[in-house]
Amino acid sequence: MIARILALMIALCCGLPALAADSADLPGLIEQLPTRDYAAMEQTVNAIAATGDPRAVRPLQALSDGDLYYRKSDDKVVIAKKADTGLDLFEPLTGELLENVGKRDARRIGINNNMRRALRGALGSLTLLSPDRDVRAAAAQALFKSPDPGAVEALGQAIGAEKDEAVRTAMEEAQAASILLSDAADAVKIAAIRSLSERGGRDAMSLLKALPESTPAPVLAAATEGIDAIEAELALWATAQNIYYGISLGSVLLMAAIGLAITFGVMGVINMAHGEMVMLGAYTTYVVQEVIRQHAPGMFEFSLAIAVPLAFLVSGSIGVLIERTVIRYLYGRALETLLATWGVSLIIQQLVRTIFGPTNKEVGNPDFMSGAMEIGAMTLTYNRIWIIVFALVVLAMLMLVLKRTPLGLQMRAVTQNRRMAGAMGIRTDRVDALTFGLGSGIAGMAGVALSQIDNVSPNLGQSYIIDSFMVVVFGGVGNLWGTLVGAFSLGIANKFLEPYAGAVLGKILVLVAIILFIQWRPRGLFALKGRAVES
Amino acid sequence: MFGLRRVKTLAATSALAVGLMAGAAQAADTIKVGILHSLSGTMAISETTLKDVMLMLIDDQNKKGGLLGKQLEAVVVDPASNWPLFAEKARELIEVNGTSVVFGCWTSVSRKSVLPVFEELNSMLFYPVQYEGEESSRNVFYTGAAPNQQAIPAVDYLMKTEKVERWVLAGTDYVYPRTTNKILESYLKAKGVPASDIMINYTPFGHADWQTIVADIKKFGSAGKKTAVVSTINGDANVPFYKELGNQGIKAEDIPVVAFSVGEEELAGIDTGPLVGHLAAWNYFMSIDTPENDAFITKWHAFIGNEDRVTNDPMEAHYIGFKMWVQAVQQAGTTDVDAVRQAMYGQTVPNLTGGTAVMNTNHHLSKPVVIGEIQDDGQLQTVWSTDGVVVGDAWSDFIPESAKLTADWTYPWVCGGCETPKF
Amino acid sequence: MIMQGLIFRAFDRGGMIFLGILFGAILLLALSNLMLPPDHTLHAPTYMVSLIGKYLTYALLALSVDLIWGFCGILSLGHGAFFALGGYAMGMYLMRQIGDRGVYGNPDLPDFMVFLNYSELPWYWYGFDMFWFAALMIVFVPGLLAFIFGWFAFRSRVTGVYLSIITQAMTYALMLAFFRNNMGFGGNNGLTDFKDLLGFDLQDDGTRIGLLFASAMALALGFLICKAVTRSKYGKVITAIRDAESRTRFLGYRVDRYKLAVFTLSACMAGVAGALYVPQVGIINPSEFTPANSIEVVVWVAVGGRGTLYGAVIGAILVNYAKTYLTGALPEIWLFALGGLFVFVTLFLPRGIVGAINGSGEGSDGSGKGRQMLDRLRRWRSARAVGGES
Repeated sequence: MIARILALMIALCCGLPALAADSADLPGLIEQLPTRDYAAMEQTVNAIAATGDPRAVRPLQALSDGDLYYRKSDDKVVIAKKADTGLDLFEPLTGELLENVGKRDARRIGINNNMRRALRGALGSLTLLSPDRDVRAAAAQALFKSPDPGAVEALGQAIGAEKDEAVRTAMEEAQAASILLSDAADAVKIAAIRSLSERGGRDAMSLLKALPESTPAPVLAAATEGIDAIEAELALWATAQNIYYGISLGSVLLMAAIGLAITFGVMGVINMAHGEMVMLGAYTTYVVQEVIRQHAPGMFEFSLAIAVPLAFLVSGSIGVLIERTVIRYLYGRALETLLATWGVSLIIQQLVRTIFGPTNKEVGNPDFMSGAMEIGAMTLTYNRIWIIVFALVVLAMLMLVLKRTPLGLQMRAVTQNRRMAGAMGIRTDRVDALTFGLGSGIAGMAGVALSQIDNVSPNLGQSYIIDSFMVVVFGGVGNLWGTLVGAFSLGIANKFLEPYAGAVLGKILVLVAIILFIQWRPRGLFALKGRAVES
Repeated sequence: MFGLRRVKTLAATSALAVGLMAGAAQAADTIKVGILHSLSGTMAISETTLKDVMLMLIDDQNKKGGLLGKQLEAVVVDPASNWPLFAEKARELIEVNGTSVVFGCWTSVSRKSVLPVFEELNSMLFYPVQYEGEESSRNVFYTGAAPNQQAIPAVDYLMKTEKVERWVLAGTDYVYPRTTNKILESYLKAKGVPASDIMINYTPFGHADWQTIVADIKKFGSAGKKTAVVSTINGDANVPFYKELGNQGIKAEDIPVVAFSVGEEELAGIDTGPLVGHLAAWNYFMSIDTPENDAFITKWHAFIGNEDRVTNDPMEAHYIGFKMWVQAVQQAGTTDVDAVRQAMYGQTVPNLTGGTAVMNTNHHLSKPVVIGEIQDDGQLQTVWSTDGVVVGDAWSDFIPESAKLTADWTYPWVCGGCETPKF
Repeated sequence: MIMQGLIFRAFDRGGMIFLGILFGAILLLALSNLMLPPDHTLHAPTYMVSLIGKYLTYALLALSVDLIWGFCGILSLGHGAFFALGGYAMGMYLMRQIGDRGVYGNPDLPDFMVFLNYSELPWYWYGFDMFWFAALMIVFVPGLLAFIFGWFAFRSRVTGVYLSIITQAMTYALMLAFFRNNMGFGGNNGLTDFKDLLGFDLQDDGTRIGLLFASAMALALGFLICKAVTRSKYGKVITAIRDAESRTRFLGYRVDRYKLAVFTLSACMAGVAGALYVPQVGIINPSEFTPANSIEVVVWVAVGGRGTLYGAVIGAILVNYAKTYLTGALPEIWLFALGGLFVFVTLFLPRGIVGAINGSGEGSDGSGKGRQMLDRLRRWRSARAVGGES
């Protein structure tokens, strides 16, 4: 057995055709996988891939996913899945269930990054002819990322058989990438370079740049040309990317600030506990996900949809509670609400720390919020796209509530002239409580969104409070449009300064700009006019 | 009229103050162990766990009959992530509470803040966190890793195993990342890496918007050479950083990130599915399978009452530090600081990860170095480890000013940073 | 003549009593620390000396906030910035005094500069090896920043909440700036490991007592200046601005100039407080700039009673003592107590502790504000009651 492996390894090292191994060896090769010597393991994986046997996909995929184990009793390699108790073991090649064993009766076969790369390539070449279109596309992608001169031929076959236009293009690109590393003729390589520069993007550029200096001059010249073309294209995209980053940062600021635009902007309460309302929203998300994980794992995709209204209710009712017990006694003493809410924020923070512990909590991204899509050379991550959408939807809904509902009408009436509103029969104290609850509730919804990109810890709120105040003050207190414009302009300004000045200096410059801006327009971008403002 | 009232107010307040302060001092029939970790504020995330570990260790020791026939008594204070308050609380622990030893601090600045207090009052501090080195105080024992016990082996590993040629050194803008990156930069250059293949980036504490920087890393990584990120990003900022990495699709197979401040505790707050394969270098992983580690984890879970809590490297550092202190006190037969200090040198404690930790005369430990890859369950799985232990080096050989300094608190040096022996 | 009037006004009976108690207490503390043997029951540990010293500098800071908030209605949420700047000026002097005793033994550069590869001292560090220059800068730098900031802000009539928020933006921006290691102020670690001040060893008990007395003197002086200012005609205008800014302006007063002057004075006082704070705690770093710190100062003043001067002093000492005590005695839950205290004071003691003790009788100084507040509140409530019934 060992002699055979050794022979195989020598064969591989000497660059003999990969087809030297045949399917009959497969079970034996798989039993060779458990080892701490990653170089040897890589050889084994290559040998398995070289069999070209489609049965090899299952164990290799399991190895890549960290599901390949060996049984401690007899060192047999198995696929293990977590069961209700212990582990279910499966036969690696056929996938049939073997038995259920205790958690510690089987050990995982650990791999490292080199192994992952090797596996990616191996799986790619094994699945090129898969009947499933998506699998083939993924295989082409994988081979593009782990180019391998040995795969050129297999790719050629696959391209010949491929019907799907997009997949074929991907395969051709992968083939081009592999050709670059092979010892093909210059003309073939130049054609490959053309194909790659047409594809564009960072990965292609990386491949072109990786050409060794010993490459023949014409090939190198073509590569340089390709690199220049890609770089020019990337520079264009970079601006678009920066604007997008700015909008994305702006939407985070907007999300954090909308609630404050109500409690501070509309009601005039300097709500230092605003950040804690956001934090409570994030913890609500955590609790919802925990409950779902334990009782209904299938519902995980809906966890955020469940968390949003719940966060609104939790933060909103705590907001009402704060208003009823503390803030109602402080109307007319705007600056003193600052002190009381500061105290409240300390209490809420410590309360959360006591209940949930001081450590970060894990809030997962549902699938629709994971990953990214590529538009040209831009990477748009799904979680940030959804946050942009969510922030705008929340803002629109809030405007509807304020402009189109009786509650909104009453809120505006009470803000503009409390006594008159009271005289008209509006129960001002109830409206106060509801307004504060609304602002806090929206802050809670913001917490759901922020839990997707940031820490969920008792300190979460603190990191957003100052930015939120800046946005509201910059935009103009009491004006939701101002908050919208303020958030996005601060976000974009920040992101445009960052590449030149660095993250910190950029932020400092933005702060100084706000300070100077307030001198110029002491009441913000969209100032309310009229006598009520002066008091 | 109101003058008199004022007198009353003032008198009442000062009486209250004096009364409360006097109440703090009391007779000692126990050995007091101070615990100086932030329980509130920004550092509570990391430090609260260390307080709990200390309480567990002290509790455990008391169950074994205490020390020198006395019970140990933990004195917990909260320096609230406020650096000047650390100094004040340190003085309170030593002067008012009469602690024999203090276990505490996490950030470098908190250690710098309390250092003069411990030196002036000649007390003893055990500092459990990996740090930048460039220090060796007579009154501090450093049980965390020095840069040569973490950073250099990790970079070596990447060079050898992953054939990395291009380096992004990303860190939070404070002294630990600055020092580590400075050491790494000169180390890499010594290994023949050109300056154009090194990118250094600093971000503020708690940086939350990583879009631009992650995009920059991608850009830097598309130059046709294998690229890796060496991250000294601190605590809180890591979660959004890794989330952005995962979502922008930077896979460990393409651009691995090796971190020195990310352990099990930090990973507990992240869905590690997209991060599998990124690396961390420490002296301890929870996943390492030894009987000592199993026992420690079981004890920890029983103490904290939660099976999901993880253990991490600074916890092991406190475990080793506390065991060593207990042994040194037993050997010296007293808690007197000078006697215990002498007894500390050469003290050995079995590591939780196998092998034996030794306290050296430069107040740093000899410990093994392990490099692990992040798994989808939030654990780190060892992919490389040193054969034996690595001696902690207080003064880095890769910084010219510090290369000439030696830390050795025994005869004839008796110095934390000298070019020649004192005697 | 004018000076005499000012001094006379400052030393009223309340002021005399305040100063008497202050110095009496300090003297007792000093004597018991220096004279009594350490095991004596009445011996004051060194811990207490530097603690009280720290409280006194906080009290001076609170006093400076009370001067502008209590008397002029300017709520600064960034006063910690002036305090920290004064502290940095002192810290730079103390750093230069270390000389070649640092770990790298460089006679010209502080350790952190050696470490960050500075080849020479940045220009803004020049002169800080001389005490008189540092002392000047302690007052000048915060004063200048306050002047520039105030000049812009008051000229364009930025008031109320807007002013509070931009002061917060100011201190936040400064915090981020000082965190940067490239700024040349030691980054996150700040300045630390000081050795001596004017040749006196900072770890010596005598030096600590000296600093304690200096803090007490500075507090007394600050108190007298505030007293003199608020009792002068100038002070009356200031109070008028607080109560009705537009009206004062229409009466022909240049409101912005009055505000600017008092704001700058207050910043200078905060700077001095910071300078005395640093040698007593042994470290200055950017966390002093955090907006939360500045908010806390305002809370001290509110707890003590705004617009009363000595209320601010009491508030600062009391809250900080509570913090010291609670972080030791109830480390797990002290934030509940502190947060609860703030809520309680704002709700039930709108005029602070001093206001509550002085009862409803005619208070001194600024309690007219409190009365106005009460009146407004009363009107408010009746309006709400009407709303509720209908």
